[in-house]
Amino acid sequence: MNDLALHLLDIVQNSISAGASLITILLDEQPLNDSLTLSVSDNGRGMAAEQVAKVTDPYFTSRTTRKVGLGIPLFKQSAETSGGQLIMTSALGVGTTTTAMFGYSHIDRLPIGNIPNAIILLVSANPDIDFIYTYRYNKEEYIFDTKEVKEALEGTPLNEPTIIKYLEEMIEENMKALKI
Amino acid sequence: MNKIKSLSDLRKIKQDVENRLDLREKSDNPERHVQIKVAMATCGIASGAREVMNAFIEKIAQDKLDAIVTQTGCMGYCHAEPTVEIRKPGEEPIVYGHVDVEKAVAIVDKYIKQGELLEGIIPVNYQTV
Repeated sequence: MNDLALHLLDIVQNSISAGASLITILLDEQPLNDSLTLSVSDNGRGMAAEQVAKVTDPYFTSRTTRKVGLGIPLFKQSAETSGGQLIMTSALGVGTTTTAMFGYSHIDRLPIGNIPNAIILLVSANPDIDFIYTYRYNKEEYIFDTKEVKEALEGTPLNEPTIIKYLEEMIEENMKALKI
Repeated sequence: MNKIKSLSDLRKIKQDVENRLDLREKSDNPERHVQIKVAMATCGIASGAREVMNAFIEKIAQDKLDAIVTQTGCMGYCHAEPTVEIRKPGEEPIVYGHVDVEKAVAIVDKYIKQGELLEGIIPVNYQTV
């Protein structure tokens, strides 16, 4: 994976497979504390403790189409090569939270990549799932909530190309505005 | 600097979109539309599925096609990623392998619009869930 946006696309697929109806994404950029956190929480079916212990093993997967599962192991590796770590917590019937912490200024820390595009691809491909994306930069915060978007759209499909493009630009501009 | 885009402005463009949609509610009746499913598991993403999905969305917007782009997980064809499943109404789905931006455009122009089969089809016999 070349950047964190690609990891995000990948990790959220786990939440979708787990039957989540609400997926919460946090990107927390704290240059002053030299930390960067990317976290995905869902209300999917969750995992038992013994399964949580196994998910970072590349030869463990719950799927039957193939024998390896590399999403979480690669995410963990990306976090650890930047001096950070990956933490997963899960409870059956409640959901799962995957949090990766990175050393912000570490030379091996992956670039963040195009997060607005990743969010919009996920949102438009899964219109029935609600997403809440929070971006934090130092103390400033921007929240993109698909429930609010759907309310504003009053039934107009969210995955209509004009709307997709608008939403992507909206997220991008709001994220940039926090850094000024 | 221009004003930052917000949800209140979204309400304005929503009206234009509605006028163009001419009552065909996409989300309610997906069977009427061509479905393009981009496989986006770890294997797909690592081989460029994101660029392919963006290319399909852009092409469909450009040509104003009645199609929706969604994602699927890994279908077990990791060797041929990025893979894309095209499902036309009333037809058996077809899976194309090794799709890149150029091929995505060709799939729309030749297969979706004209029904002409392109190279790179993965012979399959499965049902998606």
